[in-house]
Amino acid sequence: MTGPAELQVARPTVALFATCFNDTMWPQTPRAVVTLLERLGCRVVFPREQTCCGQMFTNTGYADAATPLVRRFVDVFAGADHVVSPSGSCVGSVREQHAVLARRAGDAGLEREVRSLAPRVLELSELLVDVLGVTDVGAYYPHRVTYHPTCHSLRMLGVGDKPLRLLRAVRGIDLVDLPSAEECCGFGGTFAMKNADTSIAMGADKARHVRETGAEVVVAGDNSCLAHIGGVLDRQRSGVRTVHLAQVLASTQEEQA
Amino acid sequence: MTDLPAQETSPTFLGMPSFQHAAEAALADTQQRRNLAHATATIRAKRAAAVGEVDGWEDLRLAGAAAKDEALHHLPHYLEQLEAALTARGATVHWARDADEANQVVVDLARAKATDEVVKVKSMATQEIELNEALEAAGIAAWETDLAELIVQLGEDRPSHILVPAIHRNRAEIREIFARRMGAVGRAAPDDLTDEPARLAEAARLHLREKFLRARVAVTGANFAVAETGTLVVVESEGNGRMCLTLPETLITVVGIEKVLPTFADLSTMLQLLPRSSTGERMNPYTSMWTGVTPGDGPQEVHVVLLDNGRSRVLADEAGREALRCIRCSACLNVCPVYERTGGHAYGSVYPGPIGAVLNPLLRGTSSEVDRSLPYASSLCGACFEACPVRIDIPSLLVRLRTQVVDEASGRSAEAASMKAAAWVFGDHRRLEAAQRAATLGGRLLGDRTIRSLPGLGAWTQARDVPTPPTETFRQWWARTHGDDEGDLDDARGQPVVEEQDLGGAGPHTRQEGS
Ligand code: SF4
Repeated sequence: MTGPAELQVARPTVALFATCFNDTMWPQTPRAVVTLLERLGCRVVFPREQTCCGQMFTNTGYADAATPLVRRFVDVFAGADHVVSPSGSCVGSVREQHAVLARRAGDAGLEREVRSLAPRVLELSELLVDVLGVTDVGAYYPHRVTYHPTCHSLRMLGVGDKPLRLLRAVRGIDLVDLPSAEECCGFGGTFAMKNADTSIAMGADKARHVRETGAEVVVAGDNSCLAHIGGVLDRQRSGVRTVHLAQVLASTQEEQA
Repeated sequence: MTDLPAQETSPTFLGMPSFQHAAEAALADTQQRRNLAHATATIRAKRAAAVGEVDGWEDLRLAGAAAKDEALHHLPHYLEQLEAALTARGATVHWARDADEANQVVVDLARAKATDEVVKVKSMATQEIELNEALEAAGIAAWETDLAELIVQLGEDRPSHILVPAIHRNRAEIREIFARRMGAVGRAAPDDLTDEPARLAEAARLHLREKFLRARVAVTGANFAVAETGTLVVVESEGNGRMCLTLPETLITVVGIEKVLPTFADLSTMLQLLPRSSTGERMNPYTSMWTGVTPGDGPQEVHVVLLDNGRSRVLADEAGREALRCIRCSACLNVCPVYERTGGHAYGSVYPGPIGAVLNPLLRGTSSEVDRSLPYASSLCGACFEACPVRIDIPSLLVRLRTQVVDEASGRSAEAASMKAAAWVFGDHRRLEAAQRAATLGGRLLGDRTIRSLPGLGAWTQARDVPTPPTETFRQWWARTHGDDEGDLDDARGQPVVEEQDLGGAGPHTRQEGS
């Protein structure tokens, strides 16, 4: 495990894909990514022409609406060595679905460009552990925390225990296991609306497991899942907060003081 | 979902509403939810342990998928080989394009034997074609001999799971069904029947034994059909199937054409994958194989009905065809969080759960309400793909079927209109920024008040609060702290990396907030 003391090494330039939802609804998360990566010595760039990866359209069946967004994503990010995003599901959509959409549109050139770019698009924990080679990012977060591994990070991207390794290295943290952690929270994009009753039943079970841990904070790598889990927890007036992994990792002793 | 004219019925479960409506009712059945949560959790743990024991599980999955793909990609060849091998060993092969043709073959064969009853081995294919109902209409009683199927049949219920059709029932309910119904169709349950599993099994055994000894015709499905040798295979746990396969004079097997395997060696792969995936056992208790007729031993007349019923249509669909690899192990049902809460009936078919959500619309098309709703009956969590022993990428198939549903509706819905509007906004960052200004204005007006309901968000807010929009978007913050220049990627590419100590003076792109 490496620590901040060894960070005086060369650090790359990273293009941030903030994602449309984070940009609009949870700006504190991409801000935390910027703070964290800059603290680790990276140069962060934010191409302003970026908008949306098209996941919501693709997963609801609107492939025709998603295809121009694939083109736009490639145009915006093709020049980057590393693209990072604080959303496992959006990274999953780029890595797993963009090529399928390009092929469906019969655009072989676009498909080629997607295949070349997609492996460079990483979820935050992948960038930190695999590219920067750090697990101790110098964070301080003195709270009782439980971690929910979101389905797309877990199964589409296969991030494994990288987020947990990062969290374990955080100073002051009291990290507790979440029962049935790998079970879906029930968000699933438009599933949360189309099958609201089932989605809520799943979310209620997830919220129950979170409360069983006695954690003050539930952490995950995707704000959409957190909004769903947090929406249930808030309605229950549980007093449990939801915080994105990036924000925990960006927290420092000075900030807490 | 779409504005297409609603056809509120399912081809298999008559009168079945769309998944969403059926699920609502199922969710309200707290007893069923407890039964299902308990049963699926138990079988999930068993499966995980049994799979964990195998070192090369991933390789086995790949081999299983490859064997099925080989058969599916050259199906006509292997089916002809199967027919030739079966015929050479004294079996009679019948081809059935659809359910009616298959049912007619079985009815005719039973009539030719002048019998008014048949015993049955649990079979998905015969449920799919509703053979029992067809036999009943012809005045022939079909007795299910699998314990769980017996429970479903006696309870005048519908199966809700591929492997454990009565998974939604608990022991007390089963005792009640046996006590109330057994006497009407055969040997009655003992008066002092309790809900102990051993007592329930004993009652079923005595009841079924009479039927085995009397029956002259048996109807089965098959888990596999080996083209090379003409061997049919049934795997089971109770031995009731074996009774049906050995005692009657006439044996009729209805088998979907996708069940064919090229070689006998492929069986060794499948017989490792199937029991571990389905019951969490290293080996299933009974594996029965038969190849044609053996003079003087077992059934002296063997018929095989090769059933299409929509399968060639799925096969013609390049992307959809991988669903035909399915070996009906039910692992995907047991790991599915949606199935666990809604149960199998909500899927409106004998094929429930994740595989049902793809197989039904593939086999039947997406013209009915229920078949259009099934591709959406998933949160796309991917647990099914992870569990599937033949690596069927169910989430991707679901997404593709959703695309088919949307394309067929050709934009005629409120949803399509709002998706189109959203896509227009995302089509250019300046439009997105304009839309964001409206959203953050909402945030400024609301302050930190919790949103408990919002017009148009009824489905969300019934049990969830809504996050308050922030007062500043990320890109506004970036412009404020890092300047309007977004950083030119072509500039950045391959540039020497920035040292940490350089950060303070590295220009507007890399200024750090609060540092
Ligand atoms: S789709 Fe896969 S996991 Fe599901 S029943 Fe078929 S073989 Fe088993």
